[in-house]
Amino acid sequence: MSRAARNEQSISRRHFLGLGVGAAAGAMIAGCGGGKSASEAAGGGGAQPAQTFSGTYDGPEVTLSYWNGFTGGDGPFMKQLVKDFTAEHQNIKIAENTVQWNEYYQRMPAAVTAGKGPDVGAMHLDQLATNAARKVIVPVDDLAASLGLTEDDFTTEVWNAGIYQDARYGIPLDVHSLAMYSLNDPLQKAGVTEMPTDNDSFMATLDQLKSSGTANPFWMPTRWPAHLMFLSLLWQNGGEPYAEDGTKATFDSEEGVAALQWMVDVINKGYSPKNVAQDSQYVAFKNGEVPITWDGIWQINDLKTAGVENTLSPIPKIGETDHVWANSHNFYITRQTTGDDNKLQAAKVFIDWISRKSAEWAGAGMIPARKSVRDSAQVQDSPQGPIAAKIDTLKFLPPVPGLGDVQAQTLEIAVANATLGKESPADALSSQAARASKLMEENKKKFG
Amino acid sequence: MSTPTRPTEREVAAPAPAADRLQASTARRSRSGRRTSWATPWLFLLPYLVLFGTFVLAPIVYGVWISLHDYDYTLPGKPWVGLRNYTNLFDSESVTAGPFWDGMKATAIFTVFSVPLLLVVPLAVAVVMNQRFRGRNLFRAVYFAPYVLGVAVIGVLWRFLLDRNIGIVNHYLGVVGLPDDIPWLTSVPEAWVALVGVTVWWTLGFNAVIYLAGLQDIPNELYEAAKVDGANAWQRFRNVTLPGLRPVTSFVTMVTIIASVNMFGQSYLMTLGQPGTDTRTAIYAITETGLRNFRMGDAAAMSYVLTLVLMLLSLAVFWLFRERKS
Repeated sequence: MSRAARNEQSISRRHFLGLGVGAAAGAMIAGCGGGKSASEAAGGGGAQPAQTFSGTYDGPEVTLSYWNGFTGGDGPFMKQLVKDFTAEHQNIKIAENTVQWNEYYQRMPAAVTAGKGPDVGAMHLDQLATNAARKVIVPVDDLAASLGLTEDDFTTEVWNAGIYQDARYGIPLDVHSLAMYSLNDPLQKAGVTEMPTDNDSFMATLDQLKSSGTANPFWMPTRWPAHLMFLSLLWQNGGEPYAEDGTKATFDSEEGVAALQWMVDVINKGYSPKNVAQDSQYVAFKNGEVPITWDGIWQINDLKTAGVENTLSPIPKIGETDHVWANSHNFYITRQTTGDDNKLQAAKVFIDWISRKSAEWAGAGMIPARKSVRDSAQVQDSPQGPIAAKIDTLKFLPPVPGLGDVQAQTLEIAVANATLGKESPADALSSQAARASKLMEENKKKFG
Repeated sequence: MSTPTRPTEREVAAPAPAADRLQASTARRSRSGRRTSWATPWLFLLPYLVLFGTFVLAPIVYGVWISLHDYDYTLPGKPWVGLRNYTNLFDSESVTAGPFWDGMKATAIFTVFSVPLLLVVPLAVAVVMNQRFRGRNLFRAVYFAPYVLGVAVIGVLWRFLLDRNIGIVNHYLGVVGLPDDIPWLTSVPEAWVALVGVTVWWTLGFNAVIYLAGLQDIPNELYEAAKVDGANAWQRFRNVTLPGLRPVTSFVTMVTIIASVNMFGQSYLMTLGQPGTDTRTAIYAITETGLRNFRMGDAAAMSYVLTLVLMLLSLAVFWLFRERKS
């Protein structure tokens, strides 16, 4: 409270002094702040080297370039958070740039290299190592320490995946996983009262839906999020997609073949039509054509806005264990920010503030990364509450530089080829895993 | 013919008769009869040369330099690798050869099927548009309209129209009793039909307009003379229209080939290169390599190989359309 008040005060002072226009309004704001004399306020504006994070920013007005990829149902929530932040911190302006995640990881490193990138931003956990190795982002250990963040507050996997070569590069905001969406109407009509939790009940549900008139109750995508389904099933079977040390791809293991075979069988047994092109399973779900689909929990708001009556539940346990693919949005600070102590300090204030507000971020459909926030009623009662309760089942990709790009070129192609019926699961996986291993070897050489 | 120093000497020595003679050719060229400074043509060219040098020549040279390095612009070290990026393209064991040659193959398929259609269909449209009939301007606009849309619009639009399971195209095929389960975007050869078809629909307006301009340049007297000689419509088309369009056709062919070889957006947005990487064109492969994986050296090498192929193709087109002396 007092911190916020202090910030407000010095900012309003700055407005008052610097602008010299709208004196009446300025005086009013300054009056609210009260206390300091004009000279004090001016003197306080000097840049002090900020080696450690003090928790506040009293320097001159700075504009932080803030990049994120919240283009979906999560976008409005981030916009609101930024608005609230700038209302509280008038000496920190936020220039927000929202880029589709797909393009984000291409543009961001290039922009930072050119000095025109973000000062602060959000990125996925599995991209932290890549960008750390490229020296696009800088360690934030001090920030984590002063925020009082420790491993206990997060699940071990989320916490550790933010570490690359003994330094922490990301402050986790949330975790988000794959989940199962089902349409209420057709399920009721088919007499499904409980959501399936394992392979048998899942198949039984699909059969029930089939016999109640839905020819294809569960469409198997061939692209996104097909590879996330595959990874979930692979982990459920007890396999690992990549060697932990990032030296080779192991997704063509027996467990991997079984996972992909299951997906292909869904098509072959007629639960799904063939050749499901990108996004069509989701569009069809929204249109009420497909009663069950697996997608990311961040779609909650998109479905809510579209007025789709649905239920969210965890991915059933198809294999032996209860794992599901997940990722996490992390805040980072770029190399470009480190040249300006004011910006650096302001960026830390920004991350600190948003990290504390992550309960509100839960409205965007995400699961807050902080345990304390996750246990709050606000999150427990949210649609994603049941998923949040199973946070220990979430699996993340290992922090290996360049892995995201390798996966897009190999694993995703293998999954697509098998679900399109072009190749058998074993063939598709083994040829792409060989290629992935080769690429990983080259990355290893490149990033050291 | 002139080096930068010689003309200056000429200028200084201008009054001397010998120099006058030397300069005769330059002086004669200037219409006013006054002598032209050596700098004049260069000054006229300057604005273009600056742009050309900055945005074409310099990047070409810089690109060659990049292609000789293991070039990742986000990393401090960019080690010199000589011709390895190029030799890798011809080594089936390397990680770059596969995607690149698959891309070249996809590009070749697309070019072979799209170019003939993009030469013939717009010509037919142009010939019709060149007739006098009511609403001609409206039709001209209608055929040109898709061309003004960006590839992003075209790609997203057709991706949904052509979706196998939720697309309207398959829906209406089903309504009229045709197969309604055609995988337009996820299987070959259907995906090629879709990509070529959409590209023809999208860009035929541009070629048609160029043809139309060419048609309007053919003197009417030739047609009248042909009629007097008793030529029928086909004979007039064959012996007057086509020869009259030769320079235009040569231009259209060249531009269309270059555009087809550079195809990227349609498959990037509509098929994602699916099935597998079958519809991933060369430019697509280069983009993935250079901009997504930051392997700029490999990507640059790929670009130069593609450029070389394109240049050879252009030479072949020039040769085909050369003036033949009977």
